[in-house]
Amino acid sequence: MAEQRMGFFTDTTVCIGCKACEVACKEWNDVPDDGFVFRATSYDNTGALGASTWRHVAFVEQDGRWLMSSDVCKHCTNAACLDVCPTGALFRTEFDTVVVQADVCNGCGYCVPACPYGVIDRREDDGRAWKCTLCYDRLRGGMEPACAKACPTKSIQFGPLDELRERAAKRVERLHAEGTTQARLYGANPDDGVGGTGAFFLLLDEPETYGLPPDPVVTTRDLPAMWRWAGGAALALAAGVAACFAGRKP
Amino acid sequence: MPRRRDEMVPDAEFRSYYGQPVIKQPIWHEPHMPAYLYLGGLSGAAGAMAAAARLTGRDRLELAARMTAFAGASAGAVFLVAELGRPERFLNMLRVFKLTSPMSVGSWTLAAHSGLTGVAAGSAVTGLLTPAGDAASVASGLSGLAMATYTAVLLADTAVPSWHEGMRELPFLFSGSALASAGAALMLTTPRAQAGPARAAAAAGAVAEVVAGGLMERRLGLVGEPYRTGRAGRLMRASRVLTLGGGLLATVAGRSRALTALSGLAITAGALCTRFGVLEAGRASAMDPRYTVVPQRDRLDAGHPASAPGR
Ligand code: SF4
Ligand code: SF4
Repeated sequence: MAEQRMGFFTDTTVCIGCKACEVACKEWNDVPDDGFVFRATSYDNTGALGASTWRHVAFVEQDGRWLMSSDVCKHCTNAACLDVCPTGALFRTEFDTVVVQADVCNGCGYCVPACPYGVIDRREDDGRAWKCTLCYDRLRGGMEPACAKACPTKSIQFGPLDELRERAAKRVERLHAEGTTQARLYGANPDDGVGGTGAFFLLLDEPETYGLPPDPVVTTRDLPAMWRWAGGAALALAAGVAACFAGRKP
Repeated sequence: MPRRRDEMVPDAEFRSYYGQPVIKQPIWHEPHMPAYLYLGGLSGAAGAMAAAARLTGRDRLELAARMTAFAGASAGAVFLVAELGRPERFLNMLRVFKLTSPMSVGSWTLAAHSGLTGVAAGSAVTGLLTPAGDAASVASGLSGLAMATYTAVLLADTAVPSWHEGMRELPFLFSGSALASAGAALMLTTPRAQAGPARAAAAAGAVAEVVAGGLMERRLGLVGEPYRTGRAGRLMRASRVLTLGGGLLATVAGRSRALTALSGLAITAGALCTRFGVLEAGRASAMDPRYTVVPQRDRLDAGHPASAPGR
């Protein structure tokens, strides 16, 4: 990597649910309308990350508190979407982020069910897969991503991943000392099932409460085993065919 | 208090974001994807049988197998291209070769297999280039083995719980079904005197398909549920009845053209039900957050979190 690995630290404890990140992302990246629907469950009107929702603010109403969290592509260390992409449209940038090249993607849709976080999706009218680019163009221009820039509370922090991880660990320590014992980091562990994420979070409840998988795995971790099982089945098929032809010719 | 959200998903000891899915559903369409899975399997096993027929000197059976293998691969490729969001960019599939992408491996396999079966069928029809046609026929036996099994890896190599966890049995389910499908097609298109191996393939493939599917549903536990319930459950049950019935009939049909036809149709319908059922089960398992969250939460609670590759 020519450059340092860059990422996001989203500290949900200071998120106020203003959705400035969603708006800034849409404006800068020219992301089309994703439907303005009142879902009648919460203040959430985008629902989930998708082809045209690259930042998604989740609202969880609980007794005595209101959890808000701006979700985004995790820019995984071991990214399933990138591994399974057959065209090479998905690639790893010099900032160690994961980006789709729109001029290469042929809309095969394989990345969509491969992502363990349900991030990337295909735009049906356009036929291609889309997701957060971590503002690749802005990064190359030496600027921070639009969402981080727009966030008024610094809930979304952008920077070199090492620095962010250090800062996040200190923040959790302080919160614990202040009595907020539920505070925990999500995605900051380089030994987890995806090798840690480039965009990680400080949460106040279990990940699944925010719609995040509690223990995600990059599916290609098991790919060697899958090929072995398929190889076994291919051999069994060969043996089966041979057996069917073993009888004497009439 | 946050547990209240779980009321949307009854009997579930897990938490979620308003019952919404955690992962995205596979976006592959019906009938494109299941039809491709069926045709690819049919073509692959037919290629293997063409090679075997060639090596054992069964010329009529080989001719039928060559034609079936080519027809299956070509029709399958049409469905596959139509499935793409940008069909005109189909050739981007051959831009790179990636072992980490079963779809990349599969595209190259399909390209090789359609090429080989095309040469074999073309030579048989025109009578030209016979040595090349014969060599291609034997080689399509090998590409056929890959064709009939890689699609299981294609599905398993996703975050879809009922597919990923089914990585052991899915290849056997698909290759068994492929063998049955090819047997069914070939016993209908080969003179009786040479159709013996086709009947045997129909029956053996049917048994393998049903056994593999049964084992998978049993072993998977919670994430095997989507194969047993709802539309997927109905399709998988229909598949079992049709496949077993057809396979049994193949062994007793004897001289009867009508019974042979009935058997072939039942096996083919069963193989299609399997593919539609597996696709639907995958969708159902992706749509209900329970199948994503519960196994992961259990893993964490048991103190065995997942670890990164190579660690
Ligand atoms: S979160 Fe999903 S879309 Fe983002 S890099 Fe990881 S696998 Fe790819
Ligand atoms: S849809 Fe596009 S980005 Fe996704 S796997 Fe296919 S080619 Fe790659």
